[in-house]
Amino acid sequence: MFQSVQNDALTCWVLRAGAVISALVMLLILAFLLIESWPVLDQITPARFFTDTSWHPIEGTYNLTPMLSGTLLASMGALLLAIPLGITSALFIVFYAPTHLALPYKRMIELLAGIPSVVFGFWGLTTLVPLINQLHPPGASLLAAILVLTLMILPTITLTTYSALKAVPSEFLHNAAALGLSRWGMIHGIAFPAARSGIVAGVILAAGRAIGETMAVLMVAGNVVQHPEGLFDPIRTLAANIALEMAYAMGDHRAVLFVSGLLLMLLVMVLSAMASKIGKNQYA
Amino acid sequence: MNQTDNNRENPFTLGPLQMGPACCDPQPVIQVENLSLQYDGKTALDNVTLDIYRGCITALIGPSGCGKTSFLSAINRLTDLIPECKVQGCIRVDGRNIYEPTHNVQALRRQIGMVFQKPTPFPLSIRRNITLPLREHGITQRTQVETITEQVLSDVGLWDEVCDRLDTAALSLSGGQQQRLCIARALALNPQILLMDEPCSALDPIASGVVEDLICRLRGRYTIVIVTHNLAQARRIANYAAFFWVKERAGQLVEFGRCQHIFESPTHELTAAYVNGARG
Repeated sequence: MFQSVQNDALTCWVLRAGAVISALVMLLILAFLLIESWPVLDQITPARFFTDTSWHPIEGTYNLTPMLSGTLLASMGALLLAIPLGITSALFIVFYAPTHLALPYKRMIELLAGIPSVVFGFWGLTTLVPLINQLHPPGASLLAAILVLTLMILPTITLTTYSALKAVPSEFLHNAAALGLSRWGMIHGIAFPAARSGIVAGVILAAGRAIGETMAVLMVAGNVVQHPEGLFDPIRTLAANIALEMAYAMGDHRAVLFVSGLLLMLLVMVLSAMASKIGKNQYA
Repeated sequence: MNQTDNNRENPFTLGPLQMGPACCDPQPVIQVENLSLQYDGKTALDNVTLDIYRGCITALIGPSGCGKTSFLSAINRLTDLIPECKVQGCIRVDGRNIYEPTHNVQALRRQIGMVFQKPTPFPLSIRRNITLPLREHGITQRTQVETITEQVLSDVGLWDEVCDRLDTAALSLSGGQQQRLCIARALALNPQILLMDEPCSALDPIASGVVEDLICRLRGRYTIVIVTHNLAQARRIANYAAFFWVKERAGQLVEFGRCQHIFESPTHELTAAYVNGARG
């Protein structure tokens, strides 16, 4: 009796410690970013990151908007492709595929999730970019970034949607069938609303990955600081910008790179705030 | 919320129920012939032949695992959902073999409603729980949908309790209310036959009483097949009773007849032992 109470208290403390450490890590990173970017934030108004004439950090002009638009366009393009693909392939596994096909297919998607991003980038650089180059030079472009990102976030969306749909209680499905609902009627009428929060969480996770992805994008996007005018224009993302310049950045330049890190974090925070809004099923 | 279920003197605001043909003139609507059912090669139900009569309540009784629920889900072909389940024999509904490959399963399930043991409203609003299947079956005209919604909710005595919160979550209802909503959802499709798989066993005694009264009131308008472990309930509500038993791990029909006959003067000694509580 006494032993079990002691065990219980111990478990409780271990769990608390774990929770506190995770929260602290997050706060520490935020604090670190703020401290490192403070020299710039203190001197210049944040509006200048959006209104400066260009990105020439050595000369003291810090316009981050080309990188911001590059990041957003590449991520949104990838999401636009990966969401329908991911959700339909999850539907295929859960509701349509025969058992002998569903499992190998799912394993394949899991494998896709495990491929390191640098491999995606390498493949993009050696295969995808030359292909796009034939279509419309220079090849390294927004389109290449979108396609590589799509492949990278597709398994995330597929697997989270799969889990969310699998978690829909079978009673719902039996009840739906007993009411004479067709397979599609059951999917869009009951399975989707029931799995909604899980699916949205997966999409947000994927969006976070797309926004923050550095290596693969850096290898295929061309990295020209500009607002792209079309799919074939090269872009530079915020994450790639940090990776490209951190090696030689000093002083204010370095601090502005931390500001772009802050901006990335802000984007992800906005996303997760949106997730809790969209993802809530008011009837569950 | 539970209060509304428990404290009302008369929980029903039932709509007018048309009576069907009287049970003294039994007219078979479901004819089951030599039905056998196997899961993964293991026989769950062996060679059952049985007629279900129109407008009557038929209770299926027997110990757990004797194939009552399997029998029920064979009637609306819910067994199709279980890949390793094999059905042999023939079930005729209104004279047509439902296991013919050309038989429209969706239409069949519209004709035969089902209520499960565990109340399972969909995670949608109360209203949408009823309108979703309606729309799926092509009833989309707004006024018609609204009329049916009010009608079936009144039929199950739920209208007065929920009419001011139709757009709130169905899962916020109490257990008894949820089960009545599930019955209303089945009734909305205007089925001829209702299959009920222990509809009261997950409910507290009061909610169970309410649902039982409701089932009695549905007699005549619908043909009801109900699985129940509550022998007293079977005796109270059923016109006919079928007693199943497990022999060599396979469920079999031991005796079928009028409820009074099964409970008071059964022909088979197993039935006598079971209904008197000596076995089972």
